[in-house]
Amino acid sequence: MIEIRHVDKWYGPTFQALKDCTTSVAKGEVVVVCGPSGSGKSTLIKCVNALEPFQGGEIILDGIKVNDPGTDLPKLRARVGMVFQHFELFPHLKIIENLCLAQEKVLGRSRDEAVAKAEMLLERVGLKDHAQKYPAELSGGQQQRVAIARALAMDPIAMLFDEPTSALDPEMISEVLDVMVDLAREGMTMMVVSHEMGFARKVAHRVIFMDRGEIVEDAKKEDFFGSPRSDRAQKFLSKILSH
Amino acid sequence: MNYNWNWSIFFEPAPGGTGTYFDMLLRGLWLTIQTGVFAWIIALVFGSVIGVLRTLPSKTAYWIGFAYVEFFRNMPLLVQLFLWFFVLPELLPRSWGLWLKQMPHAPFYTAAIGIGLFMSARVAVQLAAGIASLPRGQKQAATALGLTTLQSYRYVLLPIAFRIIMPPLTSEFLNTIKNTAVAITIGLIELTGQARSMQEFSFQVFEAFTAATVMYLLINIIVVTGMRFLERSLAIPGYITGK
Amino acid sequence: MFANFDFDVIRRSLGYLFLDGMTFTLTLTALSALGGIIFGTLIALMRLSGFKLLGRIAGLYVDFMRSLPLVLVIFWFYFLVPYVGQWVTGASRPISVGAFTSALVTFIMFEAAYFSEIMRAGIQSISKGQPAAANALGLTYAQTMRYVVLPQAFRNMLPVLLTQTIVLFQDTSLVYVLSMPDFLGAASKVAQRDGRLVEMYLFAAVVYFTVSCAASFAVRRLQARISIVR
Repeated sequence: MIEIRHVDKWYGPTFQALKDCTTSVAKGEVVVVCGPSGSGKSTLIKCVNALEPFQGGEIILDGIKVNDPGTDLPKLRARVGMVFQHFELFPHLKIIENLCLAQEKVLGRSRDEAVAKAEMLLERVGLKDHAQKYPAELSGGQQQRVAIARALAMDPIAMLFDEPTSALDPEMISEVLDVMVDLAREGMTMMVVSHEMGFARKVAHRVIFMDRGEIVEDAKKEDFFGSPRSDRAQKFLSKILSH
Repeated sequence: MNYNWNWSIFFEPAPGGTGTYFDMLLRGLWLTIQTGVFAWIIALVFGSVIGVLRTLPSKTAYWIGFAYVEFFRNMPLLVQLFLWFFVLPELLPRSWGLWLKQMPHAPFYTAAIGIGLFMSARVAVQLAAGIASLPRGQKQAATALGLTTLQSYRYVLLPIAFRIIMPPLTSEFLNTIKNTAVAITIGLIELTGQARSMQEFSFQVFEAFTAATVMYLLINIIVVTGMRFLERSLAIPGYITGK
Repeated sequence: MFANFDFDVIRRSLGYLFLDGMTFTLTLTALSALGGIIFGTLIALMRLSGFKLLGRIAGLYVDFMRSLPLVLVIFWFYFLVPYVGQWVTGASRPISVGAFTSALVTFIMFEAAYFSEIMRAGIQSISKGQPAAANALGLTYAQTMRYVVLPQAFRNMLPVLLTQTIVLFQDTSLVYVLSMPDFLGAASKVAQRDGRLVEMYLFAAVVYFTVSCAASFAVRRLQARISIVR
């Protein structure tokens, strides 16, 4: 589903953000990407739907090359859902409009169709009563659930999560993770940048560990938690798991 | 002060037989409003386009926006009006120039367009700053949903940015109205111009200027009140602008 | 299109344009900026003084000036200053002040409203701990302002004050409405006399543009330097 091959990315002439990153996410697979801050994990996931340009290598999404100048990027992006660290709901639009906007403008769905879909998804994330509110009237956890619903409204073939819980207050993390766990169990293809090792243990198939722009470890969940091969991953795990 | 006040001057007939001095001032006020509104529409349209250009990733777009703003910002408005009014017709092919010179209401159109373009540079700067103040994630979220650049601006970035810059836009609108007085130099007899001719005909300097002053103050109060009302009706519940 | 241009008219009038016109413009700009900043700072201090009445008066002055077109204010002062001069000196008739004095008074009074807003923002940007520390050392209010708050506010706001001065430089061209011999007025006189409007106005535009561009470029460099030091 997602093929990442030898991706290099530079910021300016000197700083290399990604170094020869190669990995893949198969259909129905849940892959968690972790690593210290500044390790390039957010950059990598943003390369997948070309939010960030990259200079070397290639990424192939459902058979379509992302970094091909001929690719219709808006169309491709519409098929991959993305959830951001800071939710990024559109503050001037009601919750329901946040879910309808791209359905109507990108997919060309009718108003009724879009609203029906939006209501169904809001129901699913437990926020149907908030449809007529504005994002700023919701808690962080609620906003992130809306953001997930907004992405799902596009009927994505895969979902990208960029640190979906790291901007949340601790008591709101689980409500968001619950939605993500359900999604994983339904067989959604997911690439998740997160430090939530509990989530990884529960539903991930593979765990990728990144450091300084490199993929240091790419292993099955059992192997990763059992005995990470690299020192860096071991150190990272011991820090994360000690709290 | 041995100045002979005569407040009843306003109700005396003005030379030219078109009513009293007060009617004369009202005609000036009306022309000030017309010129100001016309110029403001031009300023908003051109300012929006240039403001957006200044925020696009393209270097070319940025430079066009930069050059445009510097061009209109670094010459006195008076000089710009002279360029449009006296110089442009001479530089065009003879028949065009002649047409321009013989155009009815030439001072009005020159003033509206000249002041509009002058102010558009300032609107552009405000709008670009407003867009730049939005979190980067907003653009990314719109892009990730598959919205094109045009759609992202139309449905997400501009509606928020314009709300944020409403207070500075109010002062720019007032500046536009005030700047119409500069057009007195190309023969536009707006409010200040009418006050000036009233002073010349009647020698009642201070009555004439007091009346014009009061009218400008009224315009200010009305515009500020109106814009506050607009601002409040467009406010997003729970969203603190400037966040 | 430039075939029947007479560029020589510019060369012939250079002396008049710059020695008389530009000197008038630059002197007016510099003195107005100086007076406007001093008066504007006083207004800002009044607004922040904590005396309600004083603050209200200062606020009204600023709002009033900012509501009026500069052209109208120029007319106002042109006719008002002689009467005020009469009242102040106790003369029997309105005294005639020169065009330059009239313009200078106008710009100081008008620009002070704009400068005061800049200085107010500058003073408010200083952390409350600064005056508190000065007071703790035993400095009086005046000393605190003079030695601690205003120097910092002025320094922080220097780029904005200079930018406003560039605006002022352009605004001085409006004395044209009183046929005063500033740079544009001089250019205009030559233009009318020799029937060379196109050449003279284009030249005036180029000069204003060059001066403003160079000045704003310098301000931007200054701003970059200040922000590095901070």
